[in-house]
Amino acid sequence: MAVLIFAETENRNYKKIAFEVASYGRALADQLGCALHAIAFNVDDAATLGTYGVEQVFHIDSPSLEPFTIQASGTAILEVAKAQGVHHLVLSSTANARYLAPWLSIHLEAAYASNVVALPESTAPLKVKRSCFTNKAFNYTTLSSDKSIIGVANNSYGTHEAPKTASVVPTEVALKTNSLKVTAVDAPTGQVSIADSDVVVSGGRGLKGPENWHLIEDLAATLGAATACSKPVSDMGWRPHSEHVGQTGKPVASNLYIAIGVSGAIQHLAGINASKVKVVINNDPEAPFFKAADYGVVGDAFTVVPNLIEKLKAFKAS
Amino acid sequence: MKVLVCISNVPDTTSKINFVENDTKFDSEGVQFIINPNDEFGLTRAIWLQQKQQAEVHVITVGEVSCEPVLRKCLAIGAQKAYRIDCPATDGNAVARELAAHCKNESYDLIIAGRESIDYNGGMVGGLLAALLGYDYVTNCIRLDIENSTATLSREIDGGIEHLEAPLPLVIGAQKGLVEEDDLIIPNMRGIMQARQKPLEVLPSANVTATTQIDRFEKPAPKGEVQLVDENDLDTLIELLHNEAKVI
Ligand SMILES: Cc1cc2nc3c(=O)[nH]c(=O)nc-3n(C[C@H](O)[C@H](O)[C@H](O)COP(=O)(O)OP(=O)(O)OC[C@H]3O[C@@H](n4cnc5c(N)ncnc54)[C@H](O)[C@@H]3O)c2cc1C
Repeated sequence: MAVLIFAETENRNYKKIAFEVASYGRALADQLGCALHAIAFNVDDAATLGTYGVEQVFHIDSPSLEPFTIQASGTAILEVAKAQGVHHLVLSSTANARYLAPWLSIHLEAAYASNVVALPESTAPLKVKRSCFTNKAFNYTTLSSDKSIIGVANNSYGTHEAPKTASVVPTEVALKTNSLKVTAVDAPTGQVSIADSDVVVSGGRGLKGPENWHLIEDLAATLGAATACSKPVSDMGWRPHSEHVGQTGKPVASNLYIAIGVSGAIQHLAGINASKVKVVINNDPEAPFFKAADYGVVGDAFTVVPNLIEKLKAFKAS
Repeated sequence: MKVLVCISNVPDTTSKINFVENDTKFDSEGVQFIINPNDEFGLTRAIWLQQKQQAEVHVITVGEVSCEPVLRKCLAIGAQKAYRIDCPATDGNAVARELAAHCKNESYDLIIAGRESIDYNGGMVGGLLAALLGYDYVTNCIRLDIENSTATLSREIDGGIEHLEAPLPLVIGAQKGLVEEDDLIIPNMRGIMQARQKPLEVLPSANVTATTQIDRFEKPAPKGEVQLVDENDLDTLIELLHNEAKVI
């Protein structure tokens, strides 16, 4: 028996999220008293997962796995899981992982719990803690199948080193042809995505118009952050939909979330609440965001943000 | 073309989230229930297919009789027929299996579910249903066009957009972008009157077994007070973020 993780990669490197999933998998394997294996696609240095406690990496190097399709990636994971007699599969909560998990759940006949935020309370039966009501609550769920798939909520467990020497097993899997064809992928390079970023800088209607977004962009650039916005800002077309965060937009689970000119409506907060540290800059001390934030500045964004950028630059240089 | 939209009945986004019976049940006292927002984007897209491509649009929910007002609203928005599978919706896997049992009899060309529900956020029903039926699945769907049994779609991915092509039948996970907020249809009086005459069929449960069970709920610990920093003292903010919060 072993725990298997799906370690996601990008441009032949592991994504940072793979290390969090590996860390979770290591701790789960320790709870269960078993080994930790990983499956990874198209990565140059597959053995680096050893740092986080992975003992064996099933590595598939194949152009058919790019761009991502659920059929090819799903089949590859399924075949390895079956061949290894895996009972517990751990995935992240990236868009692709959440896309794959239900497919794997049916084909592997495994119970699937998404949004898992902590290690299991017990392993027989498996009981996990999950976020629900868009981060306004948690639930404890029992999985009642002998096989399980755990989707770890992004940035909920963190990365923890537990060095092992990982052996890499080059693996081949016969991949089915896809009925679902990816015709193109638009992925602007050089931009940090909200999902992958440690820091997210978000702007609301308080910024008055798209022409003022250089404030958000400059602050984000100073911090190496992704940019985001509130729903009305994307509805009015000031910013693209892909930046809309909140209950009906993208979820944010960054280490630092800075909200500027965002009032902090319940639907906005719900979607960003999984972020570890929240900072609000708003000229209205009564704005609800102040109740949800860790740090706040009452002030006009048009003066506070340029000052903050300047001071951050000085801080970074020192 | 036959289209099915899967509807989840969820608490309004502003609802206070509380639990009763030793934290084992959601407290629905005084809570207004709505069509899950992601499902509503999907329903609107389906109504466009009805208006422009003569699609027949059905809606379905797995749930108890208390879900019927939301189904009536879907009928008022324009769906032609509603189904309610009569059993409590407790587990995404069970819901998907109940839906699959119905879909196997009806041969839909397109099945639309929401990307996720805003209550349990499972994000799994559409994907499970597609896998059970052996149909292709595209979630986080922000564009859908159908021509001659082929769908062209766009999926929002982390850091970009992917464009796809798939044959029907197909299951999609809907979200904002598939239609815009302004496109959502507010039922008019005529729609509401007509909805009363439209069929709402109650189907027996297929008695599938759930593979997960929620034992209890918990609310997050109350949040500490915000630390306010004077706008003329931003060095302190940077200091706090660096030394105390350790995030920069
Ligand atoms: C079903 C549903 C789903 C929703 N989903 C989402 C969602 O996913 N995400 C989301 O964001 N919203 C969502 N909303 C909308 C939400 O209710 C709010 O309307 C929205 O979040 C408000 O956006 P805002 O904070 O940018 O604007 P406002 O509420 O208008 O707030 C602007 C803020 O800027 C401040 N301000 C003004 N000028 C300045 C200045 N010069 N300097 C500093 N501060 C200034 C103001 O004090 C105010 O607090 C949803 C609503 C519904 C009904």
